[in-house]
Amino acid sequence: MAEPLSLEELEERLEAHVCAVLSSRRTAVRPARGLAELAASEQDRVLEWVGRIAGTSAELAFQFAEHAPETLGRLGPDRVPGWALAALDAYDRAGLFPAAAVLRDPEGATGTGGAAGGVALPEVAGVLQAFLRGLHGRPLRVAGAEEAHTDTETVYLPPIQFRLAERRDNFLLYKATAAHLWAQARFGTFRDDLLERLAAFPDAERARRGFLALEAERLDARLERELPGLSREMAALRRRLDVPAPAGWAELIAGLAEPDADAGDSLERLSDAYGQGLAEPPCYAGALYAEQALAVKRDRQERELRQVRVALSELARQQMEESGEEPPAGEEGDTQGPGRFRVREVSEGEDVELLLDEQPVAAPPDARSVLASVAQDFQGIPPEALVPAGPGPYHVSARDGEDSGCRTDAPEGAWLYPEWDHRRGDYRKQWCALREEAVTPRYDGFVERTLARRSGLARRLRRRFEALRGGDRRLRRQPEGDEVDLDAFVAATAGALAGAELNGGLYTRRRRVERDVAALFLVDASGSTEGWVNEAERESLALLTHALEALGDRYGIYGFSGTTRSRGEVYPVKDLAEPFSPEVAARIAGLAANDYTRMGAAIRHVTDLLADVPTRTRLLVVLSDGKPDDFDGYYRGTYGIEDTRQALIEARGRGIHPFCVTLDREGLDYLPRLFGAAGFVAVTDVSQLPRKMGEMYRRLTT
Amino acid sequence: MPARAMRPEEYYIEDEPYYEPVADEGQVFEAAYRNALPVLLKGPTGCGKTRFMEHMAWRLGRPLITVSCHEDLTGADLVGRYLIQGGETVWVDGPLARAVRHGAICYLDEVVEARKDTTVVIHPLADERRALPMEKHGEVLEAAPEFGLAVSYNPGYQSVLKDLKPSTRQRFVALELDYPAAEVEGRIVAREAGLDEGTAGRLVQLGTMTRNLRHEGLEEGASTRLLVHAAKLIAGGIAPASACRDAITRALSDEPDMLAAVDELATSLF
Repeated sequence: MAEPLSLEELEERLEAHVCAVLSSRRTAVRPARGLAELAASEQDRVLEWVGRIAGTSAELAFQFAEHAPETLGRLGPDRVPGWALAALDAYDRAGLFPAAAVLRDPEGATGTGGAAGGVALPEVAGVLQAFLRGLHGRPLRVAGAEEAHTDTETVYLPPIQFRLAERRDNFLLYKATAAHLWAQARFGTFRDDLLERLAAFPDAERARRGFLALEAERLDARLERELPGLSREMAALRRRLDVPAPAGWAELIAGLAEPDADAGDSLERLSDAYGQGLAEPPCYAGALYAEQALAVKRDRQERELRQVRVALSELARQQMEESGEEPPAGEEGDTQGPGRFRVREVSEGEDVELLLDEQPVAAPPDARSVLASVAQDFQGIPPEALVPAGPGPYHVSARDGEDSGCRTDAPEGAWLYPEWDHRRGDYRKQWCALREEAVTPRYDGFVERTLARRSGLARRLRRRFEALRGGDRRLRRQPEGDEVDLDAFVAATAGALAGAELNGGLYTRRRRVERDVAALFLVDASGSTEGWVNEAERESLALLTHALEALGDRYGIYGFSGTTRSRGEVYPVKDLAEPFSPEVAARIAGLAANDYTRMGAAIRHVTDLLADVPTRTRLLVVLSDGKPDDFDGYYRGTYGIEDTRQALIEARGRGIHPFCVTLDREGLDYLPRLFGAAGFVAVTDVSQLPRKMGEMYRRLTT
Repeated sequence: MPARAMRPEEYYIEDEPYYEPVADEGQVFEAAYRNALPVLLKGPTGCGKTRFMEHMAWRLGRPLITVSCHEDLTGADLVGRYLIQGGETVWVDGPLARAVRHGAICYLDEVVEARKDTTVVIHPLADERRALPMEKHGEVLEAAPEFGLAVSYNPGYQSVLKDLKPSTRQRFVALELDYPAAEVEGRIVAREAGLDEGTAGRLVQLGTMTRNLRHEGLEEGASTRLLVHAAKLIAGGIAPASACRDAITRALSDEPDMLAAVDELATSLF
């Protein structure tokens, strides 16, 4: 019998495989200690697998080594290969996170389900998110977490699902969980007083589970009415996976099936039945993260109530102007007539009609989806939302013209641009000073790396753009050419017989059709893009330039940001006339996130550049992650939107077609006003940005 | 039974085409027609523009001549050309000239697809002159008072190269049509397909859900027409989930994620 390896030897062997993920704080000592308890043959087995797994991922191998002793104890040595293979399979399909989840759950991985039938979240997140957005209500995001739960803005799902044997069934379990969490957010599970009410019970865990179980009955009844097909699938899952409810449960939940039952009714029943028999929550209910949800909800409500009130005060003011009334001269915070606004529900769902003095008015564009979200949160629009805000921070007040930290003389080397003040209905002349700031180039091979990493997409985009070159077109009725134009010949002969002259254009000719398109990409480099967004923007630029070079269109790239009206900044990455070069690539790599987003001046600046280009079609593509905004506060809100809109109107007047690609989830509120209903596309998943930009460009210029 | 052949100007619509009004578009169209003003119909695909035209043509008692516009449409395709028939040259009117000559309503569908140098052919008809110059034929055709001109287009996600010039747009009275409200749409679907209102209502729900997905990856949500297709399949005995899959989902998108999501929405409803 061989001797088991010593601690030092184990450490050494492990380090050889996983040194890439070790550091001063994380050594191989802990897993080595675990392995030291095992018999020699078992140690051999484990180390062999560690070596194999390390060939794919050192991190995964490390985690495997850590979990191995326990798994050996629970499952026995025969099941270890299956467990390792399941983890590797999950890694291949969906990455480290799901694979680590498989390692943590050896029974699941090697049980009746097995990871073979398992479904990893990245495989289905796109479908689930589109599914949730099709359902009504606030558009939710899908993200991964250990336990399924929701915070009313995101639905969190576990990284891998392998409870059932078939892939389709595991997907249904994902779908049921997503739909149930959606229902929690939609039908008011997270009441404002939820935490207090639950705290009244001695056993917090028991109270939460009981509440989840009761809510599940209420929400299931709602879903049965609205989505019967889904409800059937969910009931089938319950029959397969859940334990039967205790006696008396059916009577307890009877009232929860009523259409107007709410979370309060569930809480009452919790009090009644707490002492006796409570059922377990269904398999798709997830966990209750009440604190998190209520915090997110509170933040959102504050934000949205403010937005609604500001938008309503705008609307009231506009109505007054139109009808010739004088706005009441009020002190700070004076409300313009409480009770003048009212909402009426038009149909089930968030279609609300806004009434001002009992006359229907169009909800202001900023506020439409916000109103819907508020309605969903409060299960109706609360009266305090309908009281228009008095003059507040978003209005240009008596401090007009004296914004903080701003010089009014023209700084050296800056361009001066006017700004549109929608209140005045006129421009503020020479209001913004804008400079072109050089981008610090970064020679770190970013563009090459991106092209290599996304080689599939890069190739596809480039090929599709190449196809746009149009190639040859057959021109008809030419005075000379390689083929006879039969139509022209017949027409000419008929004409000749009727006595007309034989017209000369009787041939067809092939000719290369030149594309006559110039495009300028204006990329948001404000502070809010720092991180993922900036990375995605630069990736998109790398891929797009690669494809555009194949197409031959003239194009320019400029970043923009700035702080206050006296320090607008535009970052030239590629001039319209400049050829693509390693310097341009380095500038793409070096485009960093900066300050704010005072869009109007930047648009005016690049409009000047683009208007000089003599092509027939000129395209301005604005790539942004949010609304116009600036340090001095008043640019955010209606003022900035109106100024940006005016700058776009000016651009159109000079023959330029503007288009917007936005990452802002709330873009639907204001983008139609800026770019027109068909002039923008919203990208909800940042990783889709490069593909969407390519598609958009292709569609616009064909 | 062989297909019926007739001259375009004899295409009178005999039976009332079913049309549910959304607002006052019928009255506005009629007023425009009586005032000899041309009409521009804007709206997403499948929302009832063509059906509306058929209904109005029936109501006004005029034949309807429809031209589907495309990029290779030439002026001669609209106005007419000389053809050789039996050794003689004969002038043959195009659909537009026919409509003008016989006082029919001419409907140019998807007018932005035609090239701009073709579209300008309709300019003299679309303003006070109401005349069609036919240079090759050597005459100017003045429209009869019963002549009517209508064009349509879909203002959705358009290429910047395909747009209506202001000089064209501003000759028309523009009517904007859209998908009807849920109740009305349900009635339309039920009636067109002979389906019960409950199932029709669920189809309309699915339509609304797909319209929620615009700007998320679907270019356009399901049109009323697609819903009617699915309804007809269901009325004919196909299971609802399959009908939705074939008539709606597959027609909307080719992207796998989007297909899967819309399928799941459909199976959730039925």
